[in-house]
This record gives sequence, structure tokens and C-alpha cells, in this order.
Amino acid sequence: MFGKLTLDAFPHEPIIIGAAIFMALSALSIVGVLFYFKKWKWLWTDWITSVDHKKIGIMYIILAFIMLFRGFTDAVMMRSHLALSVGSSHGYLPPEHYDQVFTAHGVIMIFFMAMPFMFGLLNLIVPLQIGARDVAFPFLNSFSFWLTAVGMVLVNMSLVLGEFAATGWLAYPPLSELAYSPGVGVDYYIWSLQISGLGTLLSGINFFITILKMRCPGMNLMRMPIFTWTALCSMILVIIAFPVLTVTLAMLGLDRYLDMHFFTTSFGGNQMMYVNLIWAWGHPEVYILILPAFGIFSEVVATFSKKRIFGYVTMVWATAIITVLSFIVWLHHFFTMGAGANVNAFFGIATMIISIPTGVKVFNWLFTMYRGRITFSVPMLWTIGFLITFTVGGMTGVLMSIPGADFQLHNSLFLVAHFHNTIIGGVAFGYFAGFTYWFPKAFGFKLNERLGKCAFWCWLVGFYVAFIPLYALGLMGMTRRLNHYDAAPGWHPLLIVAAIGTAIVAIGILFQFAQIAYSILKKESSQDTTGDPWDGRTLEWSISSPPPFYNFAITPHADDIDAFWDQKINNKISKEKPHYEDIHMPRNTGMGFIIAFTIFIIGFALIWHINWLAIFGLVATIVCVIKRSFDYDTDYYVKAAEVEKIESEFSSRKK
Amino acid sequence: MSNATDTQYGGSAHGTTKSYIIGFILSIILTVIPYYLVVNHILASEMSYIVISVFAILQLLVQLVFFLHLGGESKPHWNLIAFVFTLFIIGILVTGSLWIMYNLNYNMVER
Repeated sequence: MFGKLTLDAFPHEPIIIGAAIFMALSALSIVGVLFYFKKWKWLWTDWITSVDHKKIGIMYIILAFIMLFRGFTDAVMMRSHLALSVGSSHGYLPPEHYDQVFTAHGVIMIFFMAMPFMFGLLNLIVPLQIGARDVAFPFLNSFSFWLTAVGMVLVNMSLVLGEFAATGWLAYPPLSELAYSPGVGVDYYIWSLQISGLGTLLSGINFFITILKMRCPGMNLMRMPIFTWTALCSMILVIIAFPVLTVTLAMLGLDRYLDMHFFTTSFGGNQMMYVNLIWAWGHPEVYILILPAFGIFSEVVATFSKKRIFGYVTMVWATAIITVLSFIVWLHHFFTMGAGANVNAFFGIATMIISIPTGVKVFNWLFTMYRGRITFSVPMLWTIGFLITFTVGGMTGVLMSIPGADFQLHNSLFLVAHFHNTIIGGVAFGYFAGFTYWFPKAFGFKLNERLGKCAFWCWLVGFYVAFIPLYALGLMGMTRRLNHYDAAPGWHPLLIVAAIGTAIVAIGILFQFAQIAYSILKKESSQDTTGDPWDGRTLEWSISSPPPFYNFAITPHADDIDAFWDQKINNKISKEKPHYEDIHMPRNTGMGFIIAFTIFIIGFALIWHINWLAIFGLVATIVCVIKRSFDYDTDYYVKAAEVEKIESEFSSRKK
Repeated sequence: MSNATDTQYGGSAHGTTKSYIIGFILSIILTVIPYYLVVNHILASEMSYIVISVFAILQLLVQLVFFLHLGGESKPHWNLIAFVFTLFIIGILVTGSLWIMYNLNYNMVER
């Protein structure tokens, strides 16, 4: 009746029971608050059913912060365990649990922290930057978000019910095959990634079309803000790379569920093919994450230096070149698997070449700051922290692109330090910069500067204290994913330093949450009534904060790269009362949430091999999709009078 | 939403009944010829592989042009650009994978 789901699936170990109780208490307190303040209807009508890109963006970012907390807890567990687990002491995590922790850490940070954070910022800002009223397919956008949320729920569910994969974040076979991972862990991995990956692909198509088709008049491609450009290139990568992931995981799924032999050790399976395919997706994936971060830095650097971005055209071309080159470097993740010297040399050189456009960007940011009037606000601090940290990470990457050096460093902590150096220093810092920069646009008040600076310095110092020792440990021969080591190699002191670094980062994260909480409490004193708190340059700053649900009362016109700056400097903002027209808007719908829920049922049933439930979920999904496609009442018009009322409220606030 | 209409550079083309019928007839011809060649053993087997492949590619092009209207859209041809770019990347991934896997098999698999 319940497939593999028996009482044994429920937690026994004290740490897991503790985590389960914590999660249950958090969920209960949220439900309690919703009942106490009678907010269920508000939650449903204003948020869950919303197709407004700004609200979907905010929900993505909330999801990302929750998962940052979860993923970082995993990091704290790993570092504290390794600081204890030396010689005769074995730490506090049993090996099979430790393996799940490092797998979950990687999966969560990439798929459920970085990706939702990126889509959150894209949702919030891209339509505003291009002067559009929503994305191209608003319903699809809501559906994509809820698919991501379903993936996240499955990953968190694995903490309490059953187990998660213990295979490393890419689940290489043969370890991830049924023979060596008979439990449900890898199935949780497969279905959470398949479902959220579908959401990612749909979002990629959505934003690609939005950017190509919905720009305001005058904004040709070479007048798009850099963030929009990087978003466009990132979405191209999503559209081409994510199907590769889907197919690869589907083949692994067929091996596990239908006894096929794509990647098994016997019957002609070839696990090297899995490694090849997963990295054909995996390398573009890192650029999917970093390109929008580059875009954020470009916006921040121009705004806070009071200068147009240096070398706009080279910035665009560097982005485009990275987009193409990111497809010809994937073998550098497995130099040691046994390809010949020619293959390794080709991919090694391609990897070195891809650092050139990135270097062009770094110089562009530096030259933008040169002779600018720099304001050292929090987003700018993240940017400067990024420039230094990411350059160090890039250099160690180029170092490892030499196959000979890679044979020494492969799978060592040097590699771990390298990719954290680029992903924390690049992606995380970038998204935090974007979060602080666009927060007033989304909510109408600024985040507290002082707490933001505390968070930044803790993150920066903590990062170096936590990861520089890992470079040294890697050179000393310590491999990744160890859960116990001898005292003899002398690794212990450095691992204690790394654990201290993690503690400093933890303080940084606490400051971030404190910053958000404090700023909400004190929001009356930091209101942004102008809609333009940073003296911004692009169109998102030309409307009120938070923007009205229709974004632009009058469709803007872009005459310059920095369209809003151009309007401000050249006095193009008309003082007369504009003539408002009815605005065509999409209607809210709960179908995105409902279809995602039926897909959740399929995923859950397949993980636990509950066949009848999977069939039920499939039928329910098809019925709901058909029902939605016969719903013709999907849009409406906002009356000109209502637009006028909202706009006059904003202009009276402005004065 | 409503500004979607006034910013458009280029829209996709739509077929006419005539173009669909031309496409249909061409597809039938390009299917019948290789079928006839194979069934009646007119060519040697290697030659027939090549001929079938050529006809298959021709039919692919016919269907792209007449059914998916590739190239018929107005400037700046987003569908065509996207299609060519995708082909380019697929080419890289397929040849790259073949090269890598051949190399790995040569070096790693017991012979």
C-alpha cells in the first residue's frame, strides 16, 4: 500500500530528531501566526495565486534565504565535525550521515539557494529595467516558482522522512546506482532536481522571450542595461544546458527504476558517460549563476561611482563570448578520468581562454570606479569584496586548468577552496549586493547600512579564514569528503582555523537576518518616497518604490544605455499631467500552485514506490492542465481612472 | 503586457494552405524515393545508407521551412538565429562527447 514507506523511514538518530522537531516547530509557529492574524486569505489571494513578477521574485528570494540557512547549517556541521574528528576521536556525525550532509549542502546551495536567488532578482528587476509590465508568460512564471518550491520541499522532507543521497552533489554512478545506493536517498535527489529543473527551464524560456520581445520602445539590444544582458545570456545557457541535466538524470532514473544499464558497471553500461554528460550541463550551470552576478556588479558599480559603465560594448561581448565558451570547457572537471593528452590539452587551453573575457570585465569595473565619485554603500562594499575575492578564485581556477597541476589537486580541498572562492566571492556576494541594492525598490524602504556593513565584513573575513586554510590543506594532500583523518599529517590545526572562519561567516549571516528584521521595524525612518534612493541610472528607478502592480503607468522610452539617467540629466521627465490609458494585465490564478502540488504528489509517490499514488498524481496533473487550458478568463483591464489615482498618490508622496 | 505589441521587432511567419500542401507533397516524395530504393535493393548497402541520410536531411529542411516556417519571419530572425545557435552548441556537445568518450574508451577500457 505505501511502497517503501514504513515506520523505519521516520527518524531515529538524535540529531535528525532535533532537526525534525525544529522544522515542525517553525512550521507550526508560521501556521499559528497565520491563524492568529487571520492572514490565510491574504496569503492565498496576494501571494500564492499571484502572477505579479515582483511578488514571485520576493517569494523566490525568501525561499533562497531559508535554504541558505539550511545549507549553511550543513556547512557548520561539516566544519565542526572535521575539527573534532581526528585520530582516536570520531566526531559526532556517523559516516553515512556525514555523506548525506555534504551532498545536501552542495545540492541545496546550488539548486535551492543560488538558483532561486538568481530567479528572484531576475523576476524583480528585469521587467522593470526593460520597461515592461510583466514577463511574457505570467502564469508560467508562477508555475515555475511553485515547481522550484516543490523541489525544495522534497529536499527538506528527506531530512525527516527516509534519507538523502550520500553520493556527493552530482551523484556519480556506480555509487548512485541501485546496487550501491539501495535506499530512497538518490530517488529524492533525482525527483527534487527533475521537478525544480523543469521549473528552471520554463523560467529560462520565459525570461528569454521577455527580454527579446517586451523591451520598451527605443531600447534596442545595445541599449539594454548590463544586468538584462547578463540575464539574457544566462537564460540562453539555461535553455540549452538544463535539458542535458534532465536527460542525464532521467537515464539514471531508468537505471534505478526500470533496471536499465546506461551507467551500471555491468551489461555494457558506462559510468564515464554520466560524468561527461552531467558536466556538459554542470559547467554552463556555473556561468548561469555567475553571469547575472556580473550584471549586478555592473549596475552597482556604475550607480555608486556616478559614472556610465566603462566599456559597455566590451562588457556585452565579453558576456556573449563567455556564453559560447562555457560550452567547450566541461572536460576540465574530469581531467583525471583518463582521456589522452590531446583532449586534456584542448580543454585546458579552452579553460584558460575563458578567463580572458572575465578579466576584461574586471578591468571594466575597475575603470568605472577610476575617477568616479564613489559612495561606499553596502552594495559597493560587496562589489569591491567580490573584485578581490573572485580574482583570487579565478587565478586558482586557471592554475588548475593545467592538466598536470590538476592531477595533483583533483578532488583535494584545494579544489573545494577554489570553487567556494568563486561561488561565494562571485555568486553569493553578487546576489547580496543585488539584494541590498534593489531592496528599497521591492519594499519601499532601505536596509540598515550599519548592520549591512557588519554583515559584509563578517562574511569577507570569515570567508578568508574559512577557505585559505583549505588551499593549504589541499596542497598538503587532504582530499575532499573525508569524515575522519589521522593526526600525523598535521591537518588538525588548519581545520580548526577553518571552523573558526565558518563561525565568523555565521555571525555575518546573523547580521543579515538582524539587518532585515531591524530595517522592517524601523522602516518609517528609512522610507523611499522618491522611488530613486541611490540616484539610479536605469528604468527601474523611474517608478515608485514599491512599484505599482502594473509597473509603468506610461510605457517609457529609452534613448540611452542609462535611460533614466539620460531623462534626469537632459530634463526629459515631463512635468505635465500625462494622459493615462487602460492597462491590460494578467489575472491571478491558483492553478500554478495546484498543478505544482499534483506534481509533488507524483514525485513523492515515485520516491517511495507508491504506484497507485503516482498514477493518481499523474491523472490529477493532466486534468488540471486541461482545465487551465480551457480557462479563457485570464486577463483584464485596469481602468485609466484607477491608474491615475495610484500615480497621483505617488507624486503627492514624492513632494 | 500591453506594450508587447508596440515594441516588436519581427514576428513569426504563418503558413498558407499552399505552402503546407507543397511541404506535404515534398515530404511524401522524399520519403517514397528512399523507400523505393531500399525495398527494391537498387543500391549497395553502404550507398543506400548515405542516400537515406541525405534524403532524411533534405526532409528535415523541408519540414523546418514549410511546417515550422523557419526563415520566413521578418527581421531580426530570432527563430532562425536561435535554431542555428542551438545546432552549433549541439554540434559542439556531440562531437566533443564522441571525442572524449572515444579517448576514454581507448585509454581506460580493457581491450
